[in-house]
Amino acid sequence: MVGHGLLRHGAKVTGRAGGLNRTAPAAAKHRIGRAPYAADVSDDDLVRRLRLGDESAFAEAVNTYHSSMVRLAQTFVPSRAVAEEVAQDTWLAVLKGIDHFEGRSSLKTWIFRILANRARSTGAREQRTTPVDLTDEATVDGRRFDAAGAWSDPPAHWSDEVVDRLSSGPLVAQVRAGISELPEGQRAVVTLRDLDGLSSKEACDVLGISEANQRVLLHRGRSRIRALLELELAKR
Amino acid sequence: MRLPTLRRDIECQQAVELVTGYLEGTLSRREARRFEAHLRACDGCEEYLRQVKATIAVLGSVQPDDLAPETLQGLLELYRQFRGE
Repeated sequence: MVGHGLLRHGAKVTGRAGGLNRTAPAAAKHRIGRAPYAADVSDDDLVRRLRLGDESAFAEAVNTYHSSMVRLAQTFVPSRAVAEEVAQDTWLAVLKGIDHFEGRSSLKTWIFRILANRARSTGAREQRTTPVDLTDEATVDGRRFDAAGAWSDPPAHWSDEVVDRLSSGPLVAQVRAGISELPEGQRAVVTLRDLDGLSSKEACDVLGISEANQRVLLHRGRSRIRALLELELAKR
Repeated sequence: MRLPTLRRDIECQQAVELVTGYLEGTLSRREARRFEAHLRACDGCEEYLRQVKATIAVLGSVQPDDLAPETLQGLLELYRQFRGE
């Protein structure tokens, strides 16, 4: 499926790229499946090498960002295969645009912004996207408070052992499923902020939304996932 | 659980709405003080904040799928085509 997509897109590009007459990349030194690069690879260095046509720099960028890009794209498009295609198109846009990258945002934010825009327009074509819903949504079910707004059914205590257990195995799988069921805007913001670790400003840059909207979406997304965990823990 | 003198300012139902603003540092100083005062007097809301923090930690442990070697190879082929090789 994905391989087919790659060939198809690759074929489209060949004609256009033929005239670019770039210098051959330096000997490829990349290794497959290495751990994502940490912050020690600075944007400046990576951008410089990408501009020089260094294939190992491209491999590094792919190793660092591709999986997160596919995950974010899945927020907006109906399938994993389409998300892979969007990510692949984004890489082409990155290669074409890297000479114009001005470094006003981080490389990651810049790449994610290109990706989010493409994924959203693809999603709109697939008629999946819905407008950001900012209508009222209670953080906690209102039935858990008394008439004065005090807890009548307060949250049960999560012991330290319970909290330690949260990040292991089955509950993480539940959380993954819960994220994929969040409304689009909440899912995108939770993914960028809590899964990818972007700042609120970066998340706003990527999605083109205000800080206030971003905060509402983050709040609701986190609230839903907390409620899901509460429900799962109550079953155990 | 209920300490009316301290909790008069905000009720639990309002407090839970302030959690993200509090964690993001976007509440006004006055709002943040009221929120903290409420939490000191309210076990339910203190627990709620703790659970939200634990939720954020779990979310942070959700990793994207590993990059498949064939995906990397496919993208490198795309790269070489782009560079006109």
